Amino acid sequence: MSVAICVQKLTKQYKDVTAVDNISFTVEQGHCFGLLGPNGAGKTTTIEIMEGIISPTAGQVIYKGKEYQGKKVDKSISQQIGIQFQHTALQDFLTVKETLNLFSSFYQKTLAQEQIIELCDLKDFLNRDNRLLSGGQRQRLLLALALINDPDIIFLDEPTTGLDPHARRNFWQLIKNIKAQNKTIILTTHYMDEAEQLCDDIVIMDQGKIIEAGTPQQLLNKHFSEVFIYLPAEQVPSVLVEQNQWKKLAGRIEITSCNVEQTLTLLMNSEVSLAGLHVKSANLDDLFLHLTGHSLRE
Amino acid sequence: MNIKRFFAVFKARNIEFFRDKSSLGWNLFFPVLLLVGFSFIFSGEGRSAYKVGWVEETKEAQGKAQQNSFADTQFIDFIDYKDIETAKGKLSRHTIDLVIANQSKRYWVNEESVKSYLVEKVFSDKLEGYTRFETSGKKIRYLDWVLPGILAMNMMFSSLFGVGYVIVRYRKNAVLKRLKATPLSAFEFVSAQLLSRLFIVMLTSIIVYTGCNFLFNFFMLGSYFDLFIIGMLGAFCLISLGLLVASRSKSEELIGGLLNVSSWPMMMLSSVWFSLEGAPSALKVFADFLPLTHLVAGAREVIIEGATLSDISYHVNCLLLMSAVFLSLGAYLFSWNAER
Repeated sequence: MSVAICVQKLTKQYKDVTAVDNISFTVEQGHCFGLLGPNGAGKTTTIEIMEGIISPTAGQVIYKGKEYQGKKVDKSISQQIGIQFQHTALQDFLTVKETLNLFSSFYQKTLAQEQIIELCDLKDFLNRDNRLLSGGQRQRLLLALALINDPDIIFLDEPTTGLDPHARRNFWQLIKNIKAQNKTIILTTHYMDEAEQLCDDIVIMDQGKIIEAGTPQQLLNKHFSEVFIYLPAEQVPSVLVEQNQWKKLAGRIEITSCNVEQTLTLLMNSEVSLAGLHVKSANLDDLFLHLTGHSLRE
Repeated sequence: MNIKRFFAVFKARNIEFFRDKSSLGWNLFFPVLLLVGFSFIFSGEGRSAYKVGWVEETKEAQGKAQQNSFADTQFIDFIDYKDIETAKGKLSRHTIDLVIANQSKRYWVNEESVKSYLVEKVFSDKLEGYTRFETSGKKIRYLDWVLPGILAMNMMFSSLFGVGYVIVRYRKNAVLKRLKATPLSAFEFVSAQLLSRLFIVMLTSIIVYTGCNFLFNFFMLGSYFDLFIIGMLGAFCLISLGLLVASRSKSEELIGGLLNVSSWPMMMLSSVWFSLEGAPSALKVFADFLPLTHLVAGAREVIIEGATLSDISYHVNCLLLMSAVFLSLGAYLFSWNAER
């Protein structure tokens, strides 16, 4: 795999706030790379420096061996990247089709409009005023604008924030389709299920620093060897709970186990009914809580 | 009404306002600026109601022009002219209200002007023995005189607010940030905004002028082409000023203030509604730095005096120079998105 982007010792200082604090990482070509962290972790600042929207206080971003950053952004690079910002407005009174035409005119190379309409499923509201789009439709249009120049690298900054579960899952499918075309995607999100679904590599940020990096599975394996087993409280004798120091949580018993088979054998030998049994492995939410001591959505 | 909720919202808005130092500063600064400006413009014992052109035809008398026997009448300004034709021209263009030639005992009135009629009545006793004349040539109504001012003022508001507010709103809503992420350059964006607004301003002005001309049959001595050119230069200059004002800010409240401070002096001092004839010379010099002054004066000279572009080259050059300054500064200061 070749390196698409290399971020080296990046720092961004706003007066007395350090938004990004000396971070380095690489993004491989064709991967979906996730920048995870709670609000205010420095994800958006990092991605906007990578996009060339804001300049870093120190450090550099190397795109395919070519340095670029901030106000000195090489406009030729903007021909090769696609961006979907977290907060952006579109020009009022333009229709979806007119907006696509406007953005198409900015680039030397563009995807055929029919292709982009089909890829992002825009055909049902092509002639609708931008102001009248639903949240999901709007995000699909913004994704279409990010893809209109058939970019090698696509930056998606919290693309599903504010969408309902159905719209989020539709959007994930769109991103999977794009990924299948060997595009490099840099995604920021605070939804861990989204990162688990889409990302090949992740870095977890908190207070401007990278606190962990790797593939989601590597990180979970590194920090969690156990799984969680849940059973309705009334099915488990109190003596058994006390003997094994299991936790009682809101009508359920939580059993932390490194060996599921051994725990299930113990339960069956103790004649505990396994009806309503639920097994859960640790996820990225648990990982973040484990690493920082506070939840991702705080 | 829930007083607790009401007070919470009231307090939050006040905090927001007082923490926005640019808006707060503007709200304090602008009224002071207006008061200082008005106190300067309308200083003295009282504003003159009428302007009389006073012509002493001999050199000896010209030195004693201020000692005329009419001068003891209050609230009337006497403006000295060395030749009668200049003064008559001003009278026919409603710049002054009466012309008196003292040596030859003659005076001229503008029959189209209410003020000319009234000032003649004021001096009816003193004008006994003077021969009465009316300004010759085609009659110019006040409507004809004020038309270039009204059109130019409309162009000014459309240019300043149409460009300034839109750019600041684009910046605030991150439309500019999205455009910055494309290969579009700042120059391309700014020039597209400029030309789009120029097209809109010129088109609407032509429609307004043509429609009103159909109703009022405006006086027109010069060429429509020259009028179009001076109009276009004026609009270009005012749009450039709008771009300069909107080059950095993200605050709609601040931009509202800045656009007002740009437009108000022009509305008051660029001879839109009344001539600055007889005003303090410092005020005239200040007005000369306002683009609307040159747009109005140039258009008026084309319409009323039949001036050509070479005749109004001073106004043309002033507008070109100001446009160059505003555009250069605007391009230098322009920011897609003011960083936090």
